[in-house]
Amino acid sequence: MKAPLVRIKGLNVAFDGAPAVRGVDLAVHPGEALGLVGESGSGKSVTWLAALRLLPGKAAVQGRVTLDGRDLLSLPTPEMERIRGGRIGIIFQDPSSALNPVLTIRRQISEVLALHRGLSGSAIRAEAKRLLDLVGMPDAEGRLNSYPHEMSGGQNQRVMIAMALAGQPDLLVADEPTTALDVTIQAQILDLLQLIRREMGMALVLISHDLGVVAENCDRVAVMYAGRIVESGPAAALFDAPRHPYARGLIDALPTLEDTRRLAAIPGVVPDPRDMPRGCAFGPRCAHAGPECLLDSPPLRAVAPGRRLACARPDLDLTPARPTPAPHLAEVTS
Amino acid sequence: MSALLDLHDIARSYVTRKGLFGQRKLVRAVDGISLTVNPGETLGIVGESGSGKSTLGRMALGLETPDEGHVTFDGAPMPSHGTPAWRALRRQMQMVFQDPLGALDRRLPVIEQIIEPLIIHGIDGDHRRAGLTALSAVGLSADHGLRYPHELSGGQRQRVVIARALITDPRLLVCDEPVSALDVSIQAQVVNLLIDLQAARGLGMVFISHDLRVVRQIAARVAVMYLGRVVEEAAATDLFRAPQHPYTRALVSAAPSPGPRRIERVILTGEPPNPAARPTGCAFHPRCPVALPRCRTEAPALSRIAPGHAAACHLLSPAAKVAAR
Amino acid sequence: MIRFILTRLLRAFVTIVLVVTFAFVVLRLSGDPATIILGPEAPPEAIAAFRASWGLDQPVMVQYVQYFAAIFQGDLGMSMRDGRPAFDLVMERIPATLALTIPALFLKLALGVPAGVYAALHQGTAFDRTVMVAAVMGFAVPSFVLALGLVLVFAVNLGWLPSGGRDTVWHAILPIITLGLGGAAALARFTRSAMLEVLGQPYIRTASSKGLAWAVVVRSHALPNAAIPTVTLIGFLVGSLIAGAIVVESVFSWPGVGRLMVVAVANRDLAVVQCILLLVATTMVTSNLIVDFLYGALDPRLRHGARAAA
Repeated sequence: MKAPLVRIKGLNVAFDGAPAVRGVDLAVHPGEALGLVGESGSGKSVTWLAALRLLPGKAAVQGRVTLDGRDLLSLPTPEMERIRGGRIGIIFQDPSSALNPVLTIRRQISEVLALHRGLSGSAIRAEAKRLLDLVGMPDAEGRLNSYPHEMSGGQNQRVMIAMALAGQPDLLVADEPTTALDVTIQAQILDLLQLIRREMGMALVLISHDLGVVAENCDRVAVMYAGRIVESGPAAALFDAPRHPYARGLIDALPTLEDTRRLAAIPGVVPDPRDMPRGCAFGPRCAHAGPECLLDSPPLRAVAPGRRLACARPDLDLTPARPTPAPHLAEVTS
Repeated sequence: MSALLDLHDIARSYVTRKGLFGQRKLVRAVDGISLTVNPGETLGIVGESGSGKSTLGRMALGLETPDEGHVTFDGAPMPSHGTPAWRALRRQMQMVFQDPLGALDRRLPVIEQIIEPLIIHGIDGDHRRAGLTALSAVGLSADHGLRYPHELSGGQRQRVVIARALITDPRLLVCDEPVSALDVSIQAQVVNLLIDLQAARGLGMVFISHDLRVVRQIAARVAVMYLGRVVEEAAATDLFRAPQHPYTRALVSAAPSPGPRRIERVILTGEPPNPAARPTGCAFHPRCPVALPRCRTEAPALSRIAPGHAAACHLLSPAAKVAAR
Repeated sequence: MIRFILTRLLRAFVTIVLVVTFAFVVLRLSGDPATIILGPEAPPEAIAAFRASWGLDQPVMVQYVQYFAAIFQGDLGMSMRDGRPAFDLVMERIPATLALTIPALFLKLALGVPAGVYAALHQGTAFDRTVMVAAVMGFAVPSFVLALGLVLVFAVNLGWLPSGGRDTVWHAILPIITLGLGGAAALARFTRSAMLEVLGQPYIRTASSKGLAWAVVVRSHALPNAAIPTVTLIGFLVGSLIAGAIVVESVFSWPGVGRLMVVAVANRDLAVVQCILLLVATTMVTSNLIVDFLYGALDPRLRHGARAAA
């Protein structure tokens, strides 16, 4: 296997003493599509915002994030700025508020072209139009003079993607890129991201709460819970036979179009970062928890080629949930 | 069996303005929809933004009066919003919206908000007891009842809203995106709860959502809306197994799922529908992968294509099928 | 666009009429000018004659109609006190007032805006806290207290500057500082919160994620957005160029419009008070109009005929 493009090692992030990311190790290889899935508060977005040093100053970040052997967390600011938007692009959840409302699309794309590609004048204009064409924007020429409020959410996300591509990145981090969009537009944008990734040979990190989105768009997946990666592996294998009780739970809780079955809700709620349970953070919600789960936060260990698992009981038999209609009172929980 | 809720050819328009100084324009948010909900039945309404599904929900509750057509509840015409007759009827029809925090008063313990409808409707009895019963019915403890909304999680708040909606023992519950703001594991809890409560109480339910996967779990019948009209309506099993309308096919194929894909993925081109610029003919034709010239000029009517299955598409009408043979 | 301008102008006109009407009614309810100007011991015939000559014996409605008829002919009435046209009296005083308020406005802008922006960019630091405390004080301390404090220190104790009058440039310094500090405090507070609001927006993070240096993010992305709400307050400050110095002029015996106003009110010099109010209302309304149009220039979302999404 090739050397990773970006390697995150021992990343810890805390806000005012409350841990949001607790020892994340993650590698992104050139050209691969890596999915990062988890519920709100799992630390999946914070991990990448920290890696790109986009968090506010009150965030305490520790660990290493290496790109070409250089640690991004200790790089001088000007060099970090060359990497942001240059080597690594990022797009965000709500495209309509992620674009500056008082600047034209042209201006917002041109900034990147001037900064990272050293273009100027008519070259910028031509390249900005080419990028809008590339992301499938209808009437690219005319849209350059538009403002974000004049376009739909899907079009704004296309602009965000064009902006991220302007620096010709090796890695695109897409943070919930379709959550704010309608279903049919979501399909368009995901399709576009796949197309561009293949054409440009770019790596993609897709952060999403939606297992379906990640399963369909990624080669490899990492599942996060309460600031840690609990399981990672090839997408197909992981969704087919998850080894971590939380990953299993997420899959069983997800409704599908195929059939109606009783959704297996995970009891309880995500722990409060200020008041983490002892041992495994998922322990209190886990149906398989045993005494060993209270000892330590289990480390992420290789359990099979390409598969890693953070569970104190790695040999559990997690057969798919059977449709077991339980009386609803039994689920007193959240 | 007579229908609990009957929407007959209802339509609703709004006046909008383009920009600050633009011209006023009449936009038809809902355009000639007929649907029924029987007691104990869940009707799912699926659509993207701009489809008019929320407006439909508000008209089903009498919160808005249709410009055309009429709504009947339990065989009687829906009284106008705000009248004493409508207020009296409110104990029989309740609603749950997407944002539970916005629906709750943050200065009151939740138990007081749960029993509030009993006071509003002058229902006698032991309110406290009723409140505790309602709490346990939604899987919350008496202790939860004493907390304030901000002291509860999103899923717990939505349970409180559901408890409040059900305390007057309504016969109709309209849910507009009730689980869209919740995480998957919590969403499953609330979906299960709604299914159980609906079955236990024989509620008629209208479940409005953009998420086909959730609607699939909860609804017996499903209506798919596009730009203010129903384009397909069928039993949930039929609709999701064999969607017929090109729009429904695209929606079903676009729903992301970790499992294997059953129908070939259709990616629609074009922008989400804008009610202010409704295309001529079939409103879906600019994005339709199989549109015919006729679709540009002539709007297809919603017609029966199989028992219990209706669709509005020229390609699906019996005449078109005959022609194809 | 033309409809927009016309509705705005109409609204401005109605506002001015309402202000003048209000002043007209209140002044006539608050005491008889004849007794105040001629004194309580004046013979009844003299009072009656005075009232007749100024039209005060007419029914209020008639006076009101006559007053407005006169305004439309450009006649703002005569001062009851010295018989000169009220308009001339007021105009004579305007340069003095502007000599205070215009430098004060620049002082407010020069201090308030940078302090607010800097405080927002360094939220939580000692500078930020200092600005906030100063801003709250500037907000809470009435201008006459500040004025008296300054007089006490710089005129009485140190003897560096004169405490009142309008003889030299030095006389203007304390009033200008008094006016400027109060406004700067409000402006700093407002600019700071507008800036903080903008800095928390997702598009600021986007700008950083493109690799733009922080200074560029602030200059090209944050400031243009923060300017939009701040313009409202600046518009208000411009609008109060004429009326904003009443207290300060009184404290420093500065012969401006404010002082004229105080004297005219005390004397029930109806025409003069009405003329000042008309002038003040017009300035305020005009600056509001300018702000409205500036909004359109600063914020494309409010620009006319916004090309709606396809």
